[in-house]
Amino acid sequence: MIQPTHSSRRILLPARAWFIYFSLLAAFVLNLTPLGRVPGIPDWLALVLCFWCIHQPLKVGMAAGFFFGLATDVANAGVMGQHAFAYVLLAFAAGGLSRRVLWFPLAQQALHVLPLLLGTQLVMLAIRLATGAEFPGLLYFLSSFVAALLWHPLNYVLLLPQYQPVERDDNRPI
Amino acid sequence: MSVAGHSPPPFFKRGPAPLARLAFFLALAVLLMVADLRFKTLEPARVAVATLLWPLQKAVMLPVEGAGEAGTYLSDLVRLKQENEELRRRQLAQANLLLRQTHLENENRRLRALLDMGDRLDVPTRAAEILYAARDPFSRRIIIDRGLTHDIEAGQPVIDDVGVIGQVTRVFPLTSEVTLLTDKNQSIPVQVARNGQRAILAGAGGGVLEIKFLPANADVQPGDTLVTSGLDGVYLPGLPVARVTSIDRDNSFSFARIECAPLAGVERQGQVLVLGRRSVPPMPEDAPEQAKKSAKGKKARLAK
Repeated sequence: MIQPTHSSRRILLPARAWFIYFSLLAAFVLNLTPLGRVPGIPDWLALVLCFWCIHQPLKVGMAAGFFFGLATDVANAGVMGQHAFAYVLLAFAAGGLSRRVLWFPLAQQALHVLPLLLGTQLVMLAIRLATGAEFPGLLYFLSSFVAALLWHPLNYVLLLPQYQPVERDDNRPI
Repeated sequence: MSVAGHSPPPFFKRGPAPLARLAFFLALAVLLMVADLRFKTLEPARVAVATLLWPLQKAVMLPVEGAGEAGTYLSDLVRLKQENEELRRRQLAQANLLLRQTHLENENRRLRALLDMGDRLDVPTRAAEILYAARDPFSRRIIIDRGLTHDIEAGQPVIDDVGVIGQVTRVFPLTSEVTLLTDKNQSIPVQVARNGQRAILAGAGGGVLEIKFLPANADVQPGDTLVTSGLDGVYLPGLPVARVTSIDRDNSFSFARIECAPLAGVERQGQVLVLGRRSVPPMPEDAPEQAKKSAKGKKARLAK
């Protein structure tokens, strides 16, 4: 079984900056989808941001978190700076964990990611409750669990461009 | 100058320390939050960016709308027939009232003229459709498909076929944001239809409304209908708002805890009506005299 972790022998191509930002943008657009008040819709942007902060801590970090968070705040018509604050913290924590997390198999990586996402939601909840909003109910936290479940498929989707060999060779096993 | 390799290789150049960067960005975010919540200075920027994002949002909405339409496509005929019957039944039931409405309105105007009261105000209305519920899970807002280009202003009341659902709070060029009555920061002046008892109704969270600051012995009963009182100069008087569901008269608190359920389909999708702004008659003209008096008093004090 080939897994995109440090513990496998697989050597990946370097990640391209344009693909990283394209995936972040795609996650942002996915977040804009008007699905109403269905609980359990994952915060795609937080998930993808967390992924790249763990896999490419030198290329994606707090600045990306801040600016994408700001864009989310504007689009959501919530409090300006709420998502920016939470995403900066998420990027910091994910960047700090990046050297450790990738040595684990994917299921345990998801267990590392879950508290990060829950923490992001808790920070946003604290900000909004402090400014006088209503408590949205415990189902609000369901989206983090759904996002953690999606960590496994997301790994393959986002690392796909790095699996492609530079030159095609039919005799090579991978 | 890396003649003898004195400068570090680029691998080690990582900019400021993570903690310093974290502190910088968090401070920036807090600054934005304060600017937005305390001083409301970021509204123009928000409107500009929201306008730029609108085509993107519209594009994302298309597949969702398409899926919804595909879902209703098959059940449409049956549903339409039922709806048609329901509407016809309702029209017949209301025909009696509707046919006499013009007559009653004329009579009312004549009687009001006899009693020397001002005319009841009528306001222009504009139909709109609810596009989607805002994504922010901490507030209760909806987005409707009418905006600045359709002369919508912030502050206009929004109703559906049963009663008041909320108030326009933010206007974008093509859309506007309506804060629902069930939002915690939204309140509306009402009166009990049965006896005219005035009160303020506010959102209490969880889709429930609550009457605030009514004494424990106030004459309110479960099942009472609340209508707008029109004291605020925003809502027309007499629009149905909510029904009282439960009252808790605990003597240890000075106010009764009165819970109400909204009458209109506040959390549902569909068509709504945006009412135009009421023009409130100006305040009576006895204020300037008092102002003059106090000014004189001030001058006298200054002269001393």
